[in-house]
Amino acid sequence: MIFTIASKELKALFASPLAWVVLTGMQIIIGYGFLKRLDDFLQIQPQLAQMPSPPGVTELVAAPTFGTLAAILLFAVPLLAMRLIAEERRNQTLVLLMSAPLSITEIVLGKFLGLAAFLLLVIGLVTLMPLSLAASTRLDYGLLLSLVAGLALLAACFAAVSLYISCLTAHPMVAALGAFGALLAMLLMGETAGDSLRARGWHVPAALAQVLSPVKNFEPFGKGLIDTYALACLLLLTLAFLVLAVRQLEAKRLRG
Amino acid sequence: MAVQETATTISARGLTRNFGVHTAVNNVDLELKRGEVLGFLGPNGAGKTTTMQMLTGNLAPSAGAISICGIDLLDHPAAAKARIGYLPETPPLYRELNVDEYLTLAARLHRVPKPRQRDAIDDVKQRCGIADVGGKLIGALSKGYQQRVGIAQAIVHGPDVVILDEPTVGLDPNQIREIRNLIRELGGKHSVILSTHILPEVEAICDRVQIMHHGNLVYSDTIAALRDFQSGRSVLLGLRRPPRLDELAAMPGVTTAQCVSDTLFRLQFSASDGPGPIDALVKRSAEKNWGLYQLSPGQTSIEDVFVNLTRREENT
Repeated sequence: MIFTIASKELKALFASPLAWVVLTGMQIIIGYGFLKRLDDFLQIQPQLAQMPSPPGVTELVAAPTFGTLAAILLFAVPLLAMRLIAEERRNQTLVLLMSAPLSITEIVLGKFLGLAAFLLLVIGLVTLMPLSLAASTRLDYGLLLSLVAGLALLAACFAAVSLYISCLTAHPMVAALGAFGALLAMLLMGETAGDSLRARGWHVPAALAQVLSPVKNFEPFGKGLIDTYALACLLLLTLAFLVLAVRQLEAKRLRG
Repeated sequence: MAVQETATTISARGLTRNFGVHTAVNNVDLELKRGEVLGFLGPNGAGKTTTMQMLTGNLAPSAGAISICGIDLLDHPAAAKARIGYLPETPPLYRELNVDEYLTLAARLHRVPKPRQRDAIDDVKQRCGIADVGGKLIGALSKGYQQRVGIAQAIVHGPDVVILDEPTVGLDPNQIREIRNLIRELGGKHSVILSTHILPEVEAICDRVQIMHHGNLVYSDTIAALRDFQSGRSVLLGLRRPPRLDELAAMPGVTTAQCVSDTLFRLQFSASDGPGPIDALVKRSAEKNWGLYQLSPGQTSIEDVFVNLTRREENT
């Protein structure tokens, strides 16, 4: 049942021009960034060869590329997720799902997995770029794996937040803007709040600020470190927003 | 739960729904047997759609119990919902899918077993007259065809209870006739709750009628009883402080007395007694202070019942 809804969402994503525009835009921007960094890397290669243990192509080219992708996902995921619940409410099609023998958990998970599948596809396409260098050089596959895993978790987190915001409104555009605002707030909080709180000696709020910031939790993955604390933070954050989404829909059914 | 062919397919007791201080539905009872078609009427804003939303699990009731084929809707929602088909006022159509894809989705969501999906979809397309538009996008269909797809979605899984909210709105007369035949045919094996404003449709298709007004159920009876009005003499009696039913039935000239609502009674008189029994009735009600506020001749059509009941409620 979850799979039915997930495949329906995936089909619906590809049926609208939005997904194709996002994919095209991403490929252009990230492709350009990747090739430019590759070019720069090739230019400084002679100097790198003289260093005792120089960073390789994966660290200098692939990692920033994935960093760009993370930044783009911050904008793109709210746009892709905005129609998940909000459009169903606007078009009065949510009735079909609510009248069917489905639990609200199944509905939310199905929509989340549909979006997550699309995002995994995006990440896969971007991963092909550094993989294309595999024929001519040795890649650091450990770092690559860490980057892909971190980005997948990050995308899942963004998707869960955007899905929850989509549950709150019947206007897709409001959902997109709201989700973007929420993600931006979480990003800023992670960047600034954690450090300043820690500087004042407030360790518990600092830890909380760390937990709530998905991008701060992605940093270890960006360095090739599978930090289980960061992993747990991202998973918990995703889970928390999915639970909030389920509760929001149930409350809607109770309140009317 | 055992899967049985129970006689009572849908049963709702004391259904109530409040939105803050406003009571949209107040203590409504509903019961349908297999094979019955219920006409659910009421002015706009009476609470019909809210009641239907509660019956299909889209809205939680503030109070009351609902069971479908003996399965409680609140305790075992999935099992109960698998036996309901619902067509709301706005058909829940995904405009970017084509008809086949949409009906496949509906069949899957309603747990039609995979091997039977193909046949169920073909069958329902045949019955609803959309067999030749299978490949067309729903967004590109005319309103009438979209309505038919909506009805198809409600019956693709062969539910025991089908709840239709204004199914013939927007259809041309030919299509209306086809849909009415379809509903009558459905009523053979399933139970149907039909909400509509087209009263002749109710007289044509339904077995029973319930009228709602301001959230209350003000009339609940069979069409057969309504037709009985039209032959012989009958009188609709409104009493604010009514006596017991058997006392009314014992009045001279009265053949049967039935309770239509708390204050409304229907009395049948034997045909040829003249005005005598009615005069005696009025006199008795004045003597005993029954609070007679209405005495009207037997209704000739359901429209009269409807207008009478719903206008009367506004005046009192």
